Amino acid sequence: MAGRSKATMSRIAQALPVIFGVILVSFLLTRALPGDPAVYFAGQSATAESIQEVREALGLDKSLPQQFIIYLGELFQGDLGNSLSTGQPVLEDLARRLPASLELTLTALILACSIAVPLGVMAANKPNSLQDHLCRIVVTAGVSLPTFFTGILLIYVFYYLLGIAPSPLGRLGFLYLEPPRVTGFYLIDTLLIGDLETFMGALKQLILPAITLALFTMAPIARMTRAAMLSALSSDFIRTAKAAGLTNRTIMYKYAFKNALLPVVTTLGMVFSFMLGANVLVEKVFAWPGIGSYAVDALVASDYAAVQGFVLTMAILFVMLNLIIDISYSFIDPRIGFEAQ
Amino acid sequence: MSNKTISTEPKFSSHILYIMRDNPVTALSFVMFGILMVCAIFGPYIVPHDPLVTNTSIALTPPSASHWFGTDNLGRDVFSRVIVATRLDLSISVAAVALSFVIGSLLGASAGYWGGWLDAVLNRILDTIMAFPLFVLAMGIVAALGNTIENIIYATAVINIPFYARLVRAEVNIRRDAGFVQAAKLAGNSDIRILAVHIFPNALPPMMVQISLNLGWAILNAAGLSFIGLGVRPPTPEWGIMVAEGANFVISGEWWLALFPGLWLMFAVFTFNLMGDGLRDLVDPRKRT
Repeated sequence: MAGRSKATMSRIAQALPVIFGVILVSFLLTRALPGDPAVYFAGQSATAESIQEVREALGLDKSLPQQFIIYLGELFQGDLGNSLSTGQPVLEDLARRLPASLELTLTALILACSIAVPLGVMAANKPNSLQDHLCRIVVTAGVSLPTFFTGILLIYVFYYLLGIAPSPLGRLGFLYLEPPRVTGFYLIDTLLIGDLETFMGALKQLILPAITLALFTMAPIARMTRAAMLSALSSDFIRTAKAAGLTNRTIMYKYAFKNALLPVVTTLGMVFSFMLGANVLVEKVFAWPGIGSYAVDALVASDYAAVQGFVLTMAILFVMLNLIIDISYSFIDPRIGFEAQ
Repeated sequence: MSNKTISTEPKFSSHILYIMRDNPVTALSFVMFGILMVCAIFGPYIVPHDPLVTNTSIALTPPSASHWFGTDNLGRDVFSRVIVATRLDLSISVAAVALSFVIGSLLGASAGYWGGWLDAVLNRILDTIMAFPLFVLAMGIVAALGNTIENIIYATAVINIPFYARLVRAEVNIRRDAGFVQAAKLAGNSDIRILAVHIFPNALPPMMVQISLNLGWAILNAAGLSFIGLGVRPPTPEWGIMVAEGANFVISGEWWLALFPGLWLMFAVFTFNLMGDGLRDLVDPRKRT
């Protein structure tokens, strides 16, 4: 047990330099963005002196290392600065928009898993058969679809041609009232107050972007499931189970699938990061008010603090997620050590 | 050296044939790759219309015999633009992948061979890059460096470097104390020479697979950046921009503006992804059963 907690501590220690690196990179990146925030804050009728004053007030006249230390200090107090375009503290902006992104990403992840995992199992059941090739083509096609294009295609078919989808603008149509905020997930919040009508409205808005994102993420999950199932099916305990005369069904689901699940769960961490990136484009297409579209708008407006806050939030979210997955993995499967890394 | 290639060649080509027969999907991907190459090399000479010439009198006409993919809002021929864009999109991704291949190989090989602090530092740097959602990092880099095609290439290269560096590092690391390496050392070869001539070639087969998969991903990435307005600028024909411009007309029913560039983009990425799978079958001995 002592070894376990030592390994966990060393894994956490490994994450620290990465977090520092992430902060440094996002700091340097945003300092390199074109546009001078001092000129922006000084306003329309600014003179050279007033711009200089603002620059001093913002601390932009100091050297880069000095600025970085000030930035670190602010960061520790949870201050990500103010957004130029919304005028709000970046942290508040991000916190308000994060549930929208998470709701979309998680829905898409569940959707992708519910299709990709059975596909992978099916393909592993008979490798190199017709269904295996078919599965390969389907998932490869999915990952080859640019998310922004899939989104537009779905909008054309389901909104313009068939008219069964609502207009692709945001999380709720104009007819509905936003549910009182508890979790920030509209699907959960509406159910909490028992408002089924708004729930359906939110679900209708969510389904197209979620499908778009899910199509893109099916491939890694299906591939990993197939590979994990194949290696599980070729192991000794399966041979023993077969020799003992168990049915194919029991072997597949009770023995092989359980063992194949662990690597699949680890892949989900990687897939999640992949989705956070793809999210940016999907949110842009569907005018989804998440943090991805916030970042795109901020980038276009050279909004220093907002971009920095977004990049940082995403990266730290991802480092934390991987940390949690690694640590929980070592608890689920005691054979896994960190020494291998 | 030349004798060796001659003696293994028939075996290798028959192996390719075997793989293709065994897996028709791989054969299909090589044909698709050929089509893309023809478009990239000869595209500007074979298209029926000039991709930049506008003619508002025929704006937004649906696909017809003279304009196979229809015309856009300025009356430009969508088919010509889609085909001509092949060269630009492929160049961006090939340049980016080549750059990350070279840099990643150098970094990964030295870290894997010498180890120690170099390895530790490199690993932390790669972890840092991987900690960012990669598309977001590319977005940030292009925005910071400025909005040009070169910067798209650099950004795409940076986010691909970790994949190559990690792969080479692992391949070099497991071989640095191998018998043939020690023999080469005894024979008086320098470290650099051993690394370049004796160890590195062993890492090439898995790298080829990675290259093919990354090419597809690099195209998606470049098109995605152009889609949100970073990188390639109109009126240059580029698939991402064309989809972005076409998106405004989809809601009013002019579907061909976005559909064809999008489909062609998908075709290119699909080709590289399928080819990557095929190459993996080709180079992975465990697949040769």
